[in-house]
Amino acid sequence: MAQVTLNAVRKIYPNGVEALEPCSFTINDGELAVLVGPSGCGKSTLLRMVAGLEEISEGDLSIGDRIVNDVDPADRNIAMVFQNYALYPHMSVAQNMGYGLKNRGMSKAEIRAKVREASDMLNLTEFLDRRPSQLSGGQRQRVAMGRAIVREPDLFLFDEPLSNLDAKLRNQMRIEIRALQRRLATTAMYVTHDQIEAMTMADRIIVLNDGKIEQIGTPNEIYEHPASTFVASFMGAPPMNLLQGIAGGGKVTLGSDQDVLHTGTEGNDGPVQAGIRPEDVWPDPQGDLAFDVDIIEELGALRLLHGRVAGQDFSVAVPKDKEATTGLMQLSVKPGAVHLFDADTGRRL
Amino acid sequence: MKRAAFGHIGFPILLLIPQIAIIGIFFYWPAGYAVHSSFFLQDPFGFTSTYVGMDNYTRLATSSNYLDAAKFTLIFTILVTFFALAIALLLAVKADKVIRGAKSYRTLLMWVYAIAPPVAGLMGVMLFDQSRGNITQLLGMMGIEYRLGVNYWDTASAMISVSIWKQIPVNFIFFLSGLQAIPRSVREAAMIDNRSGTARFWDITFPLLAPTGFFLLIINITYSLFDTFGIVDTIVKSEPGNNPMTLVYRVFVDGFRGGDLGGSSAQSVVLMVLVLVLTIVQFRFLERRIHYT
Repeated sequence: MAQVTLNAVRKIYPNGVEALEPCSFTINDGELAVLVGPSGCGKSTLLRMVAGLEEISEGDLSIGDRIVNDVDPADRNIAMVFQNYALYPHMSVAQNMGYGLKNRGMSKAEIRAKVREASDMLNLTEFLDRRPSQLSGGQRQRVAMGRAIVREPDLFLFDEPLSNLDAKLRNQMRIEIRALQRRLATTAMYVTHDQIEAMTMADRIIVLNDGKIEQIGTPNEIYEHPASTFVASFMGAPPMNLLQGIAGGGKVTLGSDQDVLHTGTEGNDGPVQAGIRPEDVWPDPQGDLAFDVDIIEELGALRLLHGRVAGQDFSVAVPKDKEATTGLMQLSVKPGAVHLFDADTGRRL
Repeated sequence: MKRAAFGHIGFPILLLIPQIAIIGIFFYWPAGYAVHSSFFLQDPFGFTSTYVGMDNYTRLATSSNYLDAAKFTLIFTILVTFFALAIALLLAVKADKVIRGAKSYRTLLMWVYAIAPPVAGLMGVMLFDQSRGNITQLLGMMGIEYRLGVNYWDTASAMISVSIWKQIPVNFIFFLSGLQAIPRSVREAAMIDNRSGTARFWDITFPLLAPTGFFLLIINITYSLFDTFGIVDTIVKSEPGNNPMTLVYRVFVDGFRGGDLGGSSAQSVVLMVLVLVLTIVQFRFLERRIHYT
């Protein structure tokens, strides 16, 4: 068991591109930290640096009490689950799981016992003699998990492990991985571009964008107090509405004088971006926000109304039992649900 | 299989005729003729021929010259195949790791492929020439007397090295693409599982290259047996004497220099059987070879 500490870790490629700005954070012992961000944000690079597959240009990385910058991947006592599973195609399931142990000089009997234990845990026992090509996607995923578990590592690294599975299996594996990680109480870093995976699995989320950390926090903190417009629009589905406006005197004026959001604006007078989650507004004839609905999306449990507020894109989530039609309607905003961001930098005010 | 929409059987046959004609005229006819004439003894001018049954074959089986050539061909094939594969694999593994200037580096390694076998043989002759050859001079400086065309094994080693050199690029291309077909993540998973690069190569990379390797093994055996004719010819200069010869070259020497068409035909038939066996092995194993994905 170990904690992972990054101290100003930075990645610059030989061609001068900075893939990751210096970043520092600590993942506590037994915690599952999810690195989330759009493709190319540097999340996989960061994970690969922790694994030792990518060189660290600057800064210190420690796993437990040991600085591992120059430690061989095989000696970091980590286990990694890859997006395409990366199983050895010419080895049986049992050999795949035992390969790392064999190289540590473990006895055959011991390897067999450990492989058996892990395969019982993952319902793989009947497949131990099969080749990976004879398994389904979900089973391969389990073998990759098994290969990670038998090593009893200090740290699990997951590189988008579920993105090759279909939606139903993905939900199931998500829960399984989470439960397994809890049970083993092993520290884990999990990379994904899927914000739902991040919200549901993480103890803490690290949101990355364009090679830098936007925010670190629990799923709740990230959702309730996004640190920037990027986090606000990236986390949460449907995404948060962002409206341009002028703050002043306890309200934000959007476009004309009729479209006004009432919120605290102390010390932030001037141009701002106001963020409102689609579920924090509701149709209300007495409401003071005029909303022009263009399209209605049926999502089953709810209904998404897309349209415009003060000439800017806006969407509203309404429960399925509420009637909705296209055209003009008035909206009420939940008190305290308006987030204010700097108009230029997008940082939270 | 989908049935093509041909109304009449005649049309597809018409389309096949050119191919069938080429195969028939250039392959089956001569092959049949060789089988036929292997049972006859021709006079050197080709006017008369006498049916001698299996005599040509029994003569081969007892001819010490022929058996020597067979033995040399075996050694030649084993050495050429082994070294052409081993060196190409080594080069491919190294080239696979090159990142900067990888393309030009690889192109340079493949260049030799474009050289025709007789030209390769000629270059070999020049390098190994008794009086002017660079390699001969180099060996001379080291106190080794090297006499191409005079000493049996000196000639043999020149033949073998040129043949290996000529075959390396083909093997290199196949090995390199085989290496590049191994997913990066599989190698990375192995890096986490095993500290030793050498052990990783033998445990992971080598088994994953095995299908490519087996295919190349057959290709290289065929090459050593048959395609080295040009190289052997340039080095031996159709002056057999005491020089080493491969079986294919002996067919030519006995038939066209020695005028023994019957014996030469019998040798061709033996080679045909050999090719048949190789082809069967290739199909049996290549068809069944493990497809990992």
